[in-house]
Amino acid sequence: MLFAATLSVATLTACTTPETTDDAAADGDEAAPTATAEGSLLSAIRDRGTLVCGVEGSIPGFSFVESDGSYSGLDVDVCRAVAAAVFETSEVDDLIEYRNLDSTERFTALAGGEVDMLSRNTTWTSSRDAAGGNGMEFAPTTFYDGQGMMVTTASGIQTLEDLEGRSVCVETGTTTELNLADRMRELGVNYNEVKFQDSDATYAAYAEGRCEAVTSDRSQLAARRTTLPSPDEHALLDVTMSKEPLGPVTMNNDSEWFDVVKWVTYGLVQAEEFGITQDSVQEALQSENPEIRRFLGVEGDLGSQLGLSNEFMVYAVEAVGNYGEVYERNIGGQLGIDRGLNMLWTDGGLMYSPPFR
Amino acid sequence: MTPTGDREERIPIWRDQRFWNIAFQVLALAAVILLLTTLFGNALRTLQSQGRQFNFDFLGNPASFNIGESVIPYQTQDPYWKAFLVGLLNTLRLIVVGFVLTTIIGIFAGIASFSNNWLVKKISQVYVELIRNTPLLLQLFAWYFGVIFGLAGDQPRRLLRAIFITKRQGGGVFIPWFTGEPVSLTSFGLLIAAAIAAVVLWRWRIHVMETQGASGQPQAIALAVLGIVSIFLFFFGLAWQFPQPTEAGGVTGGLRMSLEYAAILAGLVFYTGAFIAEIVRAGIQAVSKGQWEAGRALGLDAGKLMRLIVFPQALRVIIPSLNSQYMNLAKNSSLALAIGYPDIYSTASTTFNQTGRPIEVFILIAATYLTINLVISLAMNSLNRAVELKER
Repeated sequence: MLFAATLSVATLTACTTPETTDDAAADGDEAAPTATAEGSLLSAIRDRGTLVCGVEGSIPGFSFVESDGSYSGLDVDVCRAVAAAVFETSEVDDLIEYRNLDSTERFTALAGGEVDMLSRNTTWTSSRDAAGGNGMEFAPTTFYDGQGMMVTTASGIQTLEDLEGRSVCVETGTTTELNLADRMRELGVNYNEVKFQDSDATYAAYAEGRCEAVTSDRSQLAARRTTLPSPDEHALLDVTMSKEPLGPVTMNNDSEWFDVVKWVTYGLVQAEEFGITQDSVQEALQSENPEIRRFLGVEGDLGSQLGLSNEFMVYAVEAVGNYGEVYERNIGGQLGIDRGLNMLWTDGGLMYSPPFR
Repeated sequence: MTPTGDREERIPIWRDQRFWNIAFQVLALAAVILLLTTLFGNALRTLQSQGRQFNFDFLGNPASFNIGESVIPYQTQDPYWKAFLVGLLNTLRLIVVGFVLTTIIGIFAGIASFSNNWLVKKISQVYVELIRNTPLLLQLFAWYFGVIFGLAGDQPRRLLRAIFITKRQGGGVFIPWFTGEPVSLTSFGLLIAAAIAAVVLWRWRIHVMETQGASGQPQAIALAVLGIVSIFLFFFGLAWQFPQPTEAGGVTGGLRMSLEYAAILAGLVFYTGAFIAEIVRAGIQAVSKGQWEAGRALGLDAGKLMRLIVFPQALRVIIPSLNSQYMNLAKNSSLALAIGYPDIYSTASTTFNQTGRPIEVFILIAATYLTINLVISLAMNSLNRAVELKER
């Protein structure tokens, strides 16, 4: 109920400066910020001294609150990289305030200015991006996912058709609930849907046996499976029901801030492509390669064009490492999910950064 | 020197009480209008700067999400307004049944707190204190994850001989229900007719006893016969259908309530019931001691004393406060979202999330709950007029 109050207060009183610069089609050359600094969240965040980052907070590997209260995960590392670039330090743990948001409150929290950005396994879709829809701005995908279905092995369910007459638990306000309805309508399967607002309640109901199946992004299912009472009694079906590109999100009307989030995210991928790691970033500053020198701000002014310091990627990589390291630390090692589509484009995956030039 | 009429009219305007009375009203009105236009203007400007519009056209678009349970046929390609309607009917289904059950529980618990039986009295007190002093959301989780999931297993479980509960095959609580065949409907009609006839007979009996000093025995016999026939009709005429477990591990027959419905209904009914119990207790205590003593002096036993003397007078205190409890139940039903029951709040919050129209959807939700509660208020006010002290 909190988000209702947040929304009504925030939307009614928030007065954002109109700023309609459309950067979607902007080339690198034209990316110089046209907006004045005062309209952008970027300067507000600097003044405030903390970055408020909206995360999920309960998916191991993506964003998870550890027993000591600290946050970890791939989504969290994106927040940390952005904070490092903005605040020009690699020690960012005290500079970020995390907000756990459930799937129905995330967009209103962002639109109302309660959080500066979402890094919360949010699927990029046209209606969420469009001004006539949710009106969000999607930074590059940090995890290419697909919707899957987890079932109890005792239920004997092998295919989606086997779900006829069974119950499926799903979280409301997600693309997965729509995809599920679409696929089942296509297959003509009558299933019983039990919908929860909160992912913890969804998986608790599944663990209690209320549903024989639960659907979500495959990565999330794999992560949640590890936290179920007996993981061996649950299995993922060998189906991928949809494309789920997940990435950070900012509001539509602030291209300066959006560009920062976008290029820091790209930067993590580019760093992996250059072979720059958390440990080797200081050595890389001595590199003779002009591309690397530009990327790390030894030459040129790419950073200041974005409204950051020229060395912003040095801080970001020092804080979290490159994309490959972030993936290995949070997903590959912990959950054992294959990199698959999330490999660099040079290795046959989809991770591809436009040039830093 | 005597003041003339002219001088009286020339009292300065800032010393005129009537002027200030009106001026303050105008000021207050202006402040309210200013506040509202600022807020809405801001909201519209913000929407505009974000490139969004304010209109309700999206209600005609296909919803393309599924709803777990519905009393009317609903498919995923139906428009959003129909999804709203499904949610609204689910809410109404919840609160109407909730009103009936919570009133029964509340009145019984309230009266039980006056019981001479120590155990009954203590149970009532513990129930009221435990429920009133813990948050409803916690209770809903306890009902859903604790009680309902504790009872429901992979195999249908039989409760109280005739009720089945299961998690499998869609899951649900199955209670005996009539089949809706012609014979069942006929019997139902007859039962209603019998109830009306009984009321008429009863009034007539009191009337002849009071005005003619008659014994009332013939009417009493007729009433007894009517009662026996009704009992037969109730048990054998309604064509009760009892739920039966199937070989496949499911349950057929009877009336199915989803587990979520059962949990939210139980949670709301017991929660509101505790408050109603306190209202009933307060209402009964408000009846003056002399009424009790007068009743006892007439030789009435405890049951009759409560039914004929105390409770009708207590109703005058009870009903106005009951109104706000019914409203609370209606509003609290929106917590259904937390345990997966698709009420109007749940379908609406899915809608605003998928369409990105929070303001429009919240206006719709607010209007819906406002309407529901105004209807409740109206009904309770007319009930109140019926029982309040008639002053001549």
